[in-house]
Amino acid sequence: MTPVSAMKKQTGEWVALMGNPNSGKTALFNLLTGLNQKVSNYPGITVERKMGRAVLNDQCQVQVLDLPGTYSLTPESFDERIVSEEILSWLHGPDRPRVLISVVDASNLERNLYLTSQLLDLNIPVIVALNMMDLVKQNGNPVAPKKLCEALGTAEVLHMSARKNWGVEELKEVIAQVINEPVHGKPDLPFALTGPVRSNLVHLTEFFKKEFGYSPRFSWAQALRIITRDSVLDGYLHSQVSGVNLDDKQVKELQELRDTSISKLKSQGIQPQTLEATLRYRWLDSVLKKAGKPKVEILDRSTTSEKADKILTHPFLGPVIFIGLLTFMFQSIFAWATVPMDWITRGFAIFGEWILDTLPAGILRDLLVEGIIGGVGAILIFLPQIMILVLFMTLLEDSGYMARVAFMLDRLMTKVGLHGRSVFPMMTGYACAIPGIMATRTIENWKERLVTILVLPLMSCSARLPVYALMIGAFIPHKKVLGLFDAQGLTLVIMYLMGTVTALVLAKIFSFFIHQKGQSSFIMEMPPYRLPLARSVIRQVILRSKLFVINAGKIIMAISIVLWFLVSFPKLEKTNENRNPIHHSYAGKIGHAIEPFIKPLGFDWKIGIGLITSFAAREVMVSTLATIYNVEAGGKDVVLLTEALQEDKDPQTGELLYSPLVALSLMVFFVYAAQCMATFAIVRNETNTWKWPFFMIFYMTALAYLASLCVYQGGQLLGFS
Amino acid sequence: MSEQVTIASLETGEIATIEGYLNEQISQSRLVEMGLLPGTPVRMIKKTPMNGPVEIKVRDFYLSLRMRDALNILVKK
Repeated sequence: MTPVSAMKKQTGEWVALMGNPNSGKTALFNLLTGLNQKVSNYPGITVERKMGRAVLNDQCQVQVLDLPGTYSLTPESFDERIVSEEILSWLHGPDRPRVLISVVDASNLERNLYLTSQLLDLNIPVIVALNMMDLVKQNGNPVAPKKLCEALGTAEVLHMSARKNWGVEELKEVIAQVINEPVHGKPDLPFALTGPVRSNLVHLTEFFKKEFGYSPRFSWAQALRIITRDSVLDGYLHSQVSGVNLDDKQVKELQELRDTSISKLKSQGIQPQTLEATLRYRWLDSVLKKAGKPKVEILDRSTTSEKADKILTHPFLGPVIFIGLLTFMFQSIFAWATVPMDWITRGFAIFGEWILDTLPAGILRDLLVEGIIGGVGAILIFLPQIMILVLFMTLLEDSGYMARVAFMLDRLMTKVGLHGRSVFPMMTGYACAIPGIMATRTIENWKERLVTILVLPLMSCSARLPVYALMIGAFIPHKKVLGLFDAQGLTLVIMYLMGTVTALVLAKIFSFFIHQKGQSSFIMEMPPYRLPLARSVIRQVILRSKLFVINAGKIIMAISIVLWFLVSFPKLEKTNENRNPIHHSYAGKIGHAIEPFIKPLGFDWKIGIGLITSFAAREVMVSTLATIYNVEAGGKDVVLLTEALQEDKDPQTGELLYSPLVALSLMVFFVYAAQCMATFAIVRNETNTWKWPFFMIFYMTALAYLASLCVYQGGQLLGFS
Repeated sequence: MSEQVTIASLETGEIATIEGYLNEQISQSRLVEMGLLPGTPVRMIKKTPMNGPVEIKVRDFYLSLRMRDALNILVKK
């Protein structure tokens, strides 16, 4: 984690977006700044702080800060701690936002305004953006912004809808106005404290005023907050925020004052845990009454989402539908991608031929055709499959279905030492482990979060897809199994299942050894189902495709070039004793050196080289094989990798080198192997130690080797070849 | 003293009013911050088999809870 203090703060004027999870902050951030941060219909999708620039009008530009969503300034999970640390840094440092934009889900006023009421204590002008008004207006009876503004004491309240892009221009104008107005915060909390509460908190309040120089209003608010739970106190004691350095005397005094206040309140029959919430909600009730929100309970009115959930989270049908959806997704990856993959293959072949025809023979032409077009082309073929995978994942998330999956699987996940909230990061792992590991920040309990991180790379990510697809395409026949499933699609499903099931089993084992700190609970909001917005789905697919192509462009191109040299040199003439010079190239020597270790798994030296290069990124396996075969072919044509693999023969025995069994063994190796350096760098960041990434590399490598060994040797014993 | 009824004992579709909390638990603070305070009406939306999590509707939103938390919230039918 990067502490807030270590991050470079923007100079100049800036504003911050704050609100509940899933209130639409990031959607608004994207509209204000023109940036493309990921939005979705899952509470807690934003887990870090992000800055962007917004042009308000001709004269005025500001920086906008997007923060993770939170229900309260008292942190519970890691992503919420980012918010509370940010606020401490405003209070203790020189730099603070000029305006806070409190993004409120207008269909959920009371709970959302709770956070707003806490923000009002900060003595920074607050603009309330009543988001999702399109949904509220459908149901009739929106509150009047003017009345709400007066009752709350905010700078401004306005209606908007980030989804429909309403009211964003008005919001920009209001920000430009408010930013230039002088700050006139009220000196006291808007609600009265009763005698005993006041007298029991006055010493804490005085401490905050005297030692930290907080305003009277914020001192009272913080006194109310620090007695609710330990995390607020911890925020001071273990702060990574610069400027919050308590000396021993202050620590002792703060702890003593807090303990005294808590025990005195308890002895007078007042519950410190619920005090702040009780007072604020009571006040909010009166505010909403003034603003004209009808106090009608609509609890018994079933929403469409509720009706849909009768089937979608049904105890029996729910899981069946979920498994059905996943199977359909993986089958489609094969079924739909065939045609565009053919186009890309043909495109690269034509491009290669064109270069062969235009450029004179020589090293440059060889490098271009064998190294770059061969290597990079072999990877880019898999772009359509990755796009289909991302499309499905985005639809599942944006519709609100993922939260239901968490709900349905919480019981099962708890059994293996994980958490309902582990499901979403793990499913994200099907696309890429890195955002998945980041998404574990919403898991409150450290043990459950750590175990999720440890097993997450076992979820087959999209970088393994090219390897699976290559091997399946070359060695698994395209025929129906059990009259229903396509053998190729089924093999793919099995690979994904293997990784997933192993992840769950290992989670159970790991959780025996990792000490549990604190209690775990599963308090999660169920967002309403929404029709995914085409623009945000398309944006997400394009974003991930771009990443894949850029990766192919950078890492894979670099490795392909280096590899081409290693494979092509030293240049030896083809002689009778030396019919295949590639064996004596540098790469050939490296490959042959490790061959004895991987021979029991059914791998030859070519795959050996691929295993080394794929430590940078898994899909490099494919480009590595492509480069080797292209060099071997001598650059007469761009080699079709699938055919080359099917036809490759052992030079001594003349037998086919690769068989379906070797392909299976290799795929199983890729299900388990620790191969992506970036993943381990992220784990180091999230766990703050090298211990865990090294542990993961160790267990994953051992697992990959053993599993492959079992598949290959076991398969041979059973008489497969 | 009348029997103490918790959210967990509500039937699907049943509405009740929150009375308070049975024991002090860490989850309690978050629940009250989300507005599950004494006097607030709740409706049971869904229960899952084998004491899995429950889904309730409170104020204007749907919330899932584990059984252990549901057993800690006292209600009056």
